[in-house]
Amino acid sequence: MAYADQDTGHHHGPDAFIWKYVWSQDHKVIAIQYGCTAIAVGLLALVLSWLMRMQIGFPGSLEFIDPSAYYQYVTMHGMIMVIYLLTAFFLGGFGNYLIPLMCGARDMVFPFMNMLSYWFYLVSVIILVASYFVPGGPTGAGWTLYPPQSILQGTPGTDWGIVLMLLSLAVFIVAFTMGGLNYITTVLQARCRGMTLMRMPLSVWGIIAATLLGLLAFPALFVSAVMLLFDRLLDTSFFMPYIVHMGQALETGGGSPVLFQHLFWFFGHPEVYIVALPAFGLVSDILSTHARKNIFGYRMMVWAIIAIGGISFIVWAHHMYISGMNLYLGYFFATTTLIVAIPTAIKVYNWTLTLWHGNIILNTPMLFSIGFISTFLIGGLTGLFLGNVAVDIPLSDTYFVVAHFHMVMAIAPVMVVFAAIYHWYPKMTGRMYNEALGKWHFWITFLGTYLIYFPMHYLGFEGMPRRYYAYEGYEFISASAYGLNQFITVAAISVGVLQVLFLINMIWSLKAGRVAGPNPWLATTLEWQTPDTPPCHGNWRDELPMVYRWAYDYSVPGQEQDYLPQNQPMDNGEPDLSTDSATGAAPA
Amino acid sequence: MTSLVKTLASKPWLSGKDQMGEPVEVRSFHFADKKVGLLAFFFVASSLFMLFIVGYRLRMVYEDWAPLQEPLTLWINSGFLVLASLALEFARQCMKRDNLRWGRWAFNAGGAASLLFLTGQLAAWQQLSEAGYMVASNPASSFFYLLTGIHGAHLLGGLVAWARTLTHLQAGGDRAAAQSSMDLCAIYWHYLLIVWGVLFYLLLVT
Repeated sequence: MAYADQDTGHHHGPDAFIWKYVWSQDHKVIAIQYGCTAIAVGLLALVLSWLMRMQIGFPGSLEFIDPSAYYQYVTMHGMIMVIYLLTAFFLGGFGNYLIPLMCGARDMVFPFMNMLSYWFYLVSVIILVASYFVPGGPTGAGWTLYPPQSILQGTPGTDWGIVLMLLSLAVFIVAFTMGGLNYITTVLQARCRGMTLMRMPLSVWGIIAATLLGLLAFPALFVSAVMLLFDRLLDTSFFMPYIVHMGQALETGGGSPVLFQHLFWFFGHPEVYIVALPAFGLVSDILSTHARKNIFGYRMMVWAIIAIGGISFIVWAHHMYISGMNLYLGYFFATTTLIVAIPTAIKVYNWTLTLWHGNIILNTPMLFSIGFISTFLIGGLTGLFLGNVAVDIPLSDTYFVVAHFHMVMAIAPVMVVFAAIYHWYPKMTGRMYNEALGKWHFWITFLGTYLIYFPMHYLGFEGMPRRYYAYEGYEFISASAYGLNQFITVAAISVGVLQVLFLINMIWSLKAGRVAGPNPWLATTLEWQTPDTPPCHGNWRDELPMVYRWAYDYSVPGQEQDYLPQNQPMDNGEPDLSTDSATGAAPA
Repeated sequence: MTSLVKTLASKPWLSGKDQMGEPVEVRSFHFADKKVGLLAFFFVASSLFMLFIVGYRLRMVYEDWAPLQEPLTLWINSGFLVLASLALEFARQCMKRDNLRWGRWAFNAGGAASLLFLTGQLAAWQQLSEAGYMVASNPASSFFYLLTGIHGAHLLGGLVAWARTLTHLQAGGDRAAAQSSMDLCAIYWHYLLIVWGVLFYLLLVT
């Protein structure tokens, strides 16, 4: 019997340190392990971005940055941020922590596999970082790893770096699959009594939809990684075309680099939503809680999550307009890309309408959530530009694209990561973070990211190409662009360094923070109703909770308190909202 | 599908007084969690094999593709895999009827047939390489090694579960747990047989 099935008896966790905190099978510990590892590797990627920016803003100022090193920074920064930080944090971190708690389960249904998932993830990170210590260093092929250049001599890291990168990705996918199967099974099978699918908080919907996307999309990355490994190690030619390299015809040939691109982007585009959908879910819950108002259009929000997930599988080739394709295919992919805007816009409108006439509490999680709406909106709108073939072709491979994807799938999700950490920190640690420091952190991050990425749109319009090591001698780039690049570099490094405020806040508050109590936000969802804070091993002591209502009963008319927890039974005085005589406005 | 639409059309905010009684059980499936996990894994594995097949079909249109003469050994190997699947199904049925002796025998036979299948696949690799079709000789042979290798790796993973169950059976452990594991093994083997059928057909006709 799976652990989550056990519904009676007090659950004592292991006492020995190593079983409690290292080889732990407790979903909460695994979540924190995932989160800490992701932050650690994310800090490495942050430093790499500073080095990149130094080269772009002040070329030659750091002598050790040669073209090879620069491309290695670009590649490792991109891959780490997308896969090893954001994917791991949202699904391994928040997924692990919140799914069992929000569903009223004791743990994931397969705790041992859950533990293995984390350790495989850690191994994948170690393999990736190890590529800095092998001859030739890490790969510098760009995060898309396009063949043939990714495995041809001349590109940095073709000796071992690319091999370790592909191996690391394969191990990561195994880790993700173990975690993902756990999330799916737990949500399907281990919800507590009364927690119907449509009573689940949107956080769970977002995480589970992203997990499904990942389980179907990551195999595409696995397939392309394995085939590329074959091409690199065994001289096959799945992707290698006929090439004359350095004056000599290569033995391999006849393959299709575009085949790799299709496989890669069949994973790559859903990956955007693997990151975005959990963010959508988490931010919905945070907004609702801190606006003291039910989420506007819950049912539409669920449908939108499902629709976005579905459509994300039929838009991948918009990343390949300049690779060449049938005109009608371009038309098809442009259309499907623009269609994604519909469910996405529904979500943005619903978040805004949730805030409308809400009793908004502008604390740190709320500020970061509003910051998310802003940055996601900007990034989404520039996505509409790039979704069109005719606009994309001149803007492709310029800084406009860099600005777009950073706004929509880097800054916006990171805003949610911060919002969610601040929001659930009191539950995870039992302590409150420092609110003033949190707000400083928000304003620096929010304004700082605009200072970094707004000018990049302009640079892109000017035609400044991305991925270049140096920009001397390009007459079409105006003199102002160089000054702007210096400005962006200073802003990027400043904002990056000041993230230390966040780390200080988290570490300092562990000991010195005010005791939070079980439900400091007066929230409705189950994780705030646990008998212990932080929740004990098994989460619920003797009895599992029972759910009587949805997750958004805030400011219910006629009720004394402005929130009704999901596990609070209906009482006789409560208005029956299912009848016409209900007082107050039922949500849409 | 209808059920999903019905679920998604419900209005959870209208929690009327009809829901004042004890909340109902909400498990989505009434069979074991492990079986649900295994079925979810089939989605992942199917996505994986489907994408390999798509890659195969897209790669084979290029001019350097030279169709491969598959070794006859593959037919014999396929027979072993069919036998393995049948034996495990028989084992599962025996366990349901409390026939432990025959169940254990059939379970052993299923594992043995699987090992013969894997040995046969290695023999097929050997025959191909002796005939000059190395992994890098041609994209068709590259795919042959790749597809059979990935399928074999999945079967090896299954054999780990099979060996664990066998150890459990021999140690006289919990009968229900053993039965559940045998059940899952049988389902997994059927799935791998279907996948092999698709792959074998693809290799034969192209």
